[in-house]
Amino acid sequence: MSGTTIDPRLANARGAPKKGMKLSWADPVFRSIIWQILIVGVIVAIIWYLVSNTTRNLEQRHIATGLAFLGNTAGIPIAETLIPYDPATSTWGRAVVEGILNTFKVALVGIVLSTILGTIIGVGRLSKNWLVAKVTAFYVETLRDIPVLLQLLFWYGLLQALPAPRASFRIGSAVFLSNRGLKLPLLEWQDAHWWALGAFLLGLLGSFAWNRSANKKRDETGIKPAVWPAAVGLVIGLPILVWAAMGAPFTIDYPALRGFNFVGGGTVTPEYFALLLGLTLYTAAYVAEIVRSGIQAVPKGQWEAAGALGLRPGAVLKMIVLPQAMRVIIPPMTSQFLNLTKNSSLAVAIGFQDIVSISGTMLNQTGQAIEGVGIIMLVFLAFSLSISLFMNWYNARIALVER
Amino acid sequence: MSQTMEAPAIALEKVNKWYGTMHVLRDVTMNVAQKERVVVCGPSGSGKSTMIRCINRLETHQEGRIIVDGTELTDDLRALDTIRREVGMVFQSFNLFPHLTILENCTLAPISVRKMPKAEAEELAMDFLRKVKIPEQAKKFPGQLSGGQQQRVAIARALCMKPKIMLFDEPTSALDPEMIKEVLDTMVSLAESGMTMVCVTHEMGFARMVADRVVFMDRGEIVESGTPTRMFEDPQTDRLKLFLSQILRGH
Amino acid sequence: MNNPAAATVTQLTPAPTRERPPASVYGPMAWMRANLFSGVFSSIVTIVLGFLIVYAVYGLFQWAVVNAVWSVPTTAAGALDPTSCRLVHGVGACWAAIGDKWRFMLFGRYPYEQQWREALCLLLFIGLFWVSSDSRFWNKWLGAIWAVTLVVIFTLMWGGVFGLAYVAQDEWGGLPITLILATFGLALAFPLAVLVALGRRSTKLPAVKMLCVVYVELIRGVPLIALLFMANVMFPLFMPVGINPDKLLRAQVAIILFAAAYLAEVVRGGLQALPKGQAEAADALGLTYWQKTIKITLPQALRLVIPPLVNTFIGFFKDTSLVLTIGILDFLTSSKTAMADPTWQGVSTEIYIVVALVYVAFCYTMSSYSRGVERKLDRVRNR
Repeated sequence: MSGTTIDPRLANARGAPKKGMKLSWADPVFRSIIWQILIVGVIVAIIWYLVSNTTRNLEQRHIATGLAFLGNTAGIPIAETLIPYDPATSTWGRAVVEGILNTFKVALVGIVLSTILGTIIGVGRLSKNWLVAKVTAFYVETLRDIPVLLQLLFWYGLLQALPAPRASFRIGSAVFLSNRGLKLPLLEWQDAHWWALGAFLLGLLGSFAWNRSANKKRDETGIKPAVWPAAVGLVIGLPILVWAAMGAPFTIDYPALRGFNFVGGGTVTPEYFALLLGLTLYTAAYVAEIVRSGIQAVPKGQWEAAGALGLRPGAVLKMIVLPQAMRVIIPPMTSQFLNLTKNSSLAVAIGFQDIVSISGTMLNQTGQAIEGVGIIMLVFLAFSLSISLFMNWYNARIALVER
Repeated sequence: MSQTMEAPAIALEKVNKWYGTMHVLRDVTMNVAQKERVVVCGPSGSGKSTMIRCINRLETHQEGRIIVDGTELTDDLRALDTIRREVGMVFQSFNLFPHLTILENCTLAPISVRKMPKAEAEELAMDFLRKVKIPEQAKKFPGQLSGGQQQRVAIARALCMKPKIMLFDEPTSALDPEMIKEVLDTMVSLAESGMTMVCVTHEMGFARMVADRVVFMDRGEIVESGTPTRMFEDPQTDRLKLFLSQILRGH
Repeated sequence: MNNPAAATVTQLTPAPTRERPPASVYGPMAWMRANLFSGVFSSIVTIVLGFLIVYAVYGLFQWAVVNAVWSVPTTAAGALDPTSCRLVHGVGACWAAIGDKWRFMLFGRYPYEQQWREALCLLLFIGLFWVSSDSRFWNKWLGAIWAVTLVVIFTLMWGGVFGLAYVAQDEWGGLPITLILATFGLALAFPLAVLVALGRRSTKLPAVKMLCVVYVELIRGVPLIALLFMANVMFPLFMPVGINPDKLLRAQVAIILFAAAYLAEVVRGGLQALPKGQAEAADALGLTYWQKTIKITLPQALRLVIPPLVNTFIGFFKDTSLVLTIGILDFLTSSKTAMADPTWQGVSTEIYIVVALVYVAFCYTMSSYSRGVERKLDRVRNR
């Protein structure tokens, strides 16, 4: 027969039949809806019970809910502030902002430092030098077995054992180390310095642009012209020129001992330093493990194939191994950053006023328990949410294309 | 196959290697002439992969001399650079770079090592991809290709450096049976173009078709070597007889 | 020899093996050359690092052993005379302080004569961990053993029955508190974590799945301190007017909620790693959802994730130290309180070192165990 006739069974092809839901326990869709109503109902009931208890308790203690109290005067002293703050006139709202800024001050610097230190230690773990490998392994193992709070208290204890300002250690003629912190000479920041900073950033951009054009040259001819002379000129020379053109102001505020303490200069408080040191050392141990397993995750064959093609070890690392290692390193690394930020909340144990410490004080003094705890949770949730979003975006972008 | 007295492409003289106390290469002496095709075979653990990896210093030998293309292999980095530029290697597990496209895999070394302009390198790469018969895959990533295609890309990648010598370390052992033929065909056409090749493989049919010489290794030393015909039809040593009986079963 | 046709080699007898490779290859000198002095940079690093290590170890030895004061005399009045300790401050360690304070560090404010009960609880905890790590006990009896041991520990701590004197919860303290918070936390969080993990993987109950996701992401996004604060401050508000739950109970609830979120993620990882074929085979046999989960998927999934489970437990064990911030006397807090004793001034370093050693002892043992299990699992999987 001719092969062009259509099989009669296909003639009336139609879509899948629609399933209606039967109101009977045997229907799985019905069952799942009933179960969900039940479970959600129970949870809602529990929440309702808790909320009603809470409102009754709050009424009993004459505490109003709501964020209006943030406009009241705080009255608490804050030792380290990034924006102007006066205990007598500033509001609770401003105190909260100071707390958030302090948390960021520790978290951002801590993240940068622990990444650098952790990478060095992680690479050291893979070193062929037996001593380096063993020492770094010991570091990682030990620091991960001791609670971070204990480490912070330990460092803080050491810093507190430093002598009083009158008998402080001197480094050079203007740097003093005492139990009130590290006193450094500080540059008096003026307009010219803002302009110089702008020139520095411009120089960085210019160096990137120069590098791109050098890469283009390399694509065309095979040789890449040297980038570093132009980069140095742009990044260092340009700001200096701008600064000189604006009068070259250069006054330094030296710390001077007056009475029992220093005035002038910049301070790194022992609280901040202990927190930063403890968090950095602790997180670096975890970062080291992540970096190590990331580099080890790249199959040895990749090193060999690249080497067999004639690439030098530095080029192999840069072009073949690190891009692949990053895929394995970045996700757990971002969760370590989040851990560092969460661990910074331990500041409350050593007297550094981060957001948790200030909210805790606010909670105690105003009795606004729900709002206080709510603020703490909101700040950290915002941070962890942004980290998760970044991570998802990054993972999608660098995913290896496979079948 | 004229008997020229020019320097051999690869010369191994009494090469010894230990892993700890394990003596994995024992007094290995072998010369590979220019344009010669050598197949190395032997049971697993015989040191054949170790020997071939010593030739481009993926492994280091502790005693003896290895001279490749006139340059002796020592700890000198410049000698190593020179040798690796002229020796190409194809691995059992392909080892393509998964984060780069096929084209980028092939152009990476010419651009970075031989300092070729990008356009020239891409043309060269497309040329070799055409020779291994997969030019249309140039913009894809290794994860999207089959095993046989990946191995052919690996051969093209090694060829893009225009090496004088090609080393193959069990190139078909990790492939599904239906893909072995396409890779062997590529290697045959490469051999016919006059490339010096040293190939560790179990594919005896390939050896018969292409090899000038078959070398049989066992327990770290070269036991027998000779023409394929002689080796397969008239094995002299018991060890080679045993090996052949194991792999030529039912053929 | 470059004539291919003539290149016939025949070795009828195998070449002799040289057992001892030359000294340049194998032996202590060769090892040192390869591992310590393989290049200029490596040699410099070895020398500098070696020097620093020897210097540090020597200094530590001097401080901790040579110049240390191990005991102090008692005065006529029966009190301790710490002058010899104060004299060596900064130069030698004052281990005598530990000798005096160790009971407070370990047992907090627990009544002195009843401290044997806390000590017994410590032994019970260690025994419980040891039994749980032994695979011979991994059957349905394990749950019963846990339940019975925990009840016994509870009874011992509280007293009031069987002739034991009653000890109120605000007098509990020391290392048993750390273990109680961590172990009860894990034990009670585990069932909740399993439910949340199952709920998060559920395809048929999207509302439940969303609830589980919200719970896990919420808890994992905030620090434990925030949860402890919340529990400490808000728990009383949640209760009907007049009921004031115990401080330890508040902390325990916070730790349970915290642990459950992290454990849920670990269990979910295990369920995901299990090959789909297991669940499909169970379905094909006609098992219900709960039969399949309890008998087939869960036991296998849990076996798979023992290393991360142990690592998470190690994390909790260390995190219990945070109750310092809400005033509960766990091991770290008791030790910190011990430091404030005016008799012993400036012994913070010695006390912190002892506390750190105890934590390291526990955590290192547990992490070695987890690494051992991981190695065994890898060996089984990569046959």
